[in-house]
Amino acid sequence: MEKKASNNMNLKNNKNFNKKIIAVVGIVVGYILISLLANGDLLSRQFKSLIVPAGINIILAVSLNLTVGFLGELSLGHAGFMSIGAYTAALFTLNMNLPGPLEFMIAIVLAGLIAGLFGYLIGVPVLRLRGDYLAIVTLAFGEIIRSLINSFKFTGGAIGLSKIPRYSNYTWVYVLVILTILLSYNFVTSRYGRAIKSIRENYIAAETIGIKVSRYKTLTFAIAAFFAGVAGALYSHNFGVLRPSDFDYNKSIEILVIVVLGGMGSIRGSVIAAILLTILPEALRAVNEFRMLLYAIVLIIMMLLRSPDLRAKIEENEKLPKFIKNFGKIKEGGI
Amino acid sequence: MALLEVKNLGINFGGLRAVDGVNLTIEEGQLYGLIGPNGAGKTTVFNLLTGVYKPTSGTIRLDNESIVGKSSSQICQTGIARTFQNIRLFNNMTVLENVKAAFHNEFKYSLLASLLHSKSFSSGEKEMDKRALDLLKVFGLDIYADEYACNLSYGAQRKLEIARALATNPKLLLLDEPAAGMNPQETSELMDTIRLIRERFHVTILLIEHDMKLVSGICEEILVLNFGTELAKGTPDEVLNNPEVITAYLGEE
Repeated sequence: MEKKASNNMNLKNNKNFNKKIIAVVGIVVGYILISLLANGDLLSRQFKSLIVPAGINIILAVSLNLTVGFLGELSLGHAGFMSIGAYTAALFTLNMNLPGPLEFMIAIVLAGLIAGLFGYLIGVPVLRLRGDYLAIVTLAFGEIIRSLINSFKFTGGAIGLSKIPRYSNYTWVYVLVILTILLSYNFVTSRYGRAIKSIRENYIAAETIGIKVSRYKTLTFAIAAFFAGVAGALYSHNFGVLRPSDFDYNKSIEILVIVVLGGMGSIRGSVIAAILLTILPEALRAVNEFRMLLYAIVLIIMMLLRSPDLRAKIEENEKLPKFIKNFGKIKEGGI
Repeated sequence: MALLEVKNLGINFGGLRAVDGVNLTIEEGQLYGLIGPNGAGKTTVFNLLTGVYKPTSGTIRLDNESIVGKSSSQICQTGIARTFQNIRLFNNMTVLENVKAAFHNEFKYSLLASLLHSKSFSSGEKEMDKRALDLLKVFGLDIYADEYACNLSYGAQRKLEIARALATNPKLLLLDEPAAGMNPQETSELMDTIRLIRERFHVTILLIEHDMKLVSGICEEILVLNFGTELAKGTPDEVLNNPEVITAYLGEE
C-alpha cells in the first residue's frame, strides 16, 4: 500500500517534471515560429505589423481577466492603467540616454510599477464598492486619467508625444507575453488565486473563512494594473507616437470584449481571443466599407456561440457540423 | 473559564430591536442549541458573533478576549467558524479547493513563492492537499474531491460547508440549521456526524435548529429566543416542557 503511494508520488513528480519540459520546449518552439512569421515570407507586411499589437492585447486581456474573470469584478478602466504605463515609459526613454535595450527594460519595469501603484491607490477606496458601482467608478477613473494626460504640459497635451524610440519588436513582446501568462497562471493557481476565486464565488463566506476581502481585491487590482502598464510601455514604443485619445473607454471596452469572448477565468481563452480580435479588423480590410459592420456581426455570432445556453443546444443538435460544435469550447473556470 | 461569554447582546436595525439583552455562556466542549420561532433573531445572533453585524450593545468574549468590532476574517482567526442557513459554498470551485481555501491563514507561503511556484509553494500545496483530503474523508466526501461544489447533492453540500468551516481550525463552530431540508434518515446521520466532529476535532458547537428531535437528542443546553429576547434557558427537558416555550411555538389554547 505504502509502496503504491510512493509510486504515485513519483509519478506525480515525473508528471510535473514532464510538464515543465513540455512548457520550455513549447516556449522555444513558439519563439522560433514567431521569428519565422516576422522575418519570413509567410505573412504580408500588413499582418507582420500585427504581431506586436496582438502581443500587447494578450497582455492586456490576460491581466484584465485576473480582475474580471478570477476576482469577478467588472473593471472598465483598464486602458487608464495602460496609458499610465505608456506615458511613464515614453517619458523615461525620451529623457534618458542609456543604451537601448537597458533603457527599454528599465522603462518597462517602471511603467508596470507606476501603473501598479495607481492600481493600488485607486483600489483602496474604490474596491469597497461592488458590481455595477465599481464598474462605473473604474470607467470614470479611466476618463480622469485621460483628461489629466490631455491637459498636462509634460505629457504633450492633446498633441501627445512623438519621436519615441521604436524599441518594441517581436522578441520583446514574446518574452513579456510569456512572462505575463506564466506569472498570471502561477498566481491564480496559488493560495492567492484561490482566495480571489472564493471572493468571486461568495465574498461573505470568503470573509468568514479568514480571507481579507478588500486586501485581496486591491492586490489583484494592482497586479492587473502592473501588466496593463507593461503593455502600455510596449505600445508607446511600437509606433513611436502617443496620443491621449488612444486610451479612451473604447479601448477598455475592446479589452473587455476579448476577455468575455475568451471566457471569464480562462487564460488560454484570453490569449486565443486576443489574437483573433487583433487580426479580424485587418482581415476585413478587403471589404473596407462594411468593415465595422462585419466586425460587429462577427462579434455577435461569436458571443452567441460562447453563451452556455446556446452551447447546450448546439451540442445536442446532431445535424450541425463538428467545427461549429467545437468552436469556443473553452472550459469556463479552467485555465 | 467559559469559552464564549456573551453579555447583554443587542442590535437595532433602524427602529427595530432585532436582538435584545441576550446572555450566553458556553463552556469548552459543550454542544449548545439555539432555538426559537421564525424571526426570533437566531441567525442575527450568529451574524453578531461572526462580525457580519456590529452589536449596538453588549459584549462578546471568546477565551476572555473581546471580539466586538473585529472583522469577520479576524474573528475567524481568533477561532470562530460557521456555516450558513442558505448554503454559501464556492460553487465553481472543486470540493478540494473549497477546503483548501479555508487553509488560507495556516499555509502562508509568500506572493513571490506563488508567482514563481517555488519550493515553499509546492510543499505547502502538497501538505494542504493531504490535510484537505483527510478532512474530506471524515465526511465521506473525498471521492468527490475533484467535483465542482455545485454538482454535489444537497446533503453533501451541507457536509462540505461543515468541512470547510472545520478547516479553519476553530475553537467554536456555529451551525446554522444544519438539518434544514433533510429527510429523517439524513437528519439522524447528521446527528452522528455532529457528535463525531465534536470528539475528533475537540470543538465546541453552537447550533441553530428547528428539528426538535435533533436539538433534544444532542444538545446539552438550550437557549430559546423569541422576538429577539431570551425566553428560556436550560437542559432540553427543562426547556421543552416550559409552558412559555410551548406557547411561543404552538400558540395559546
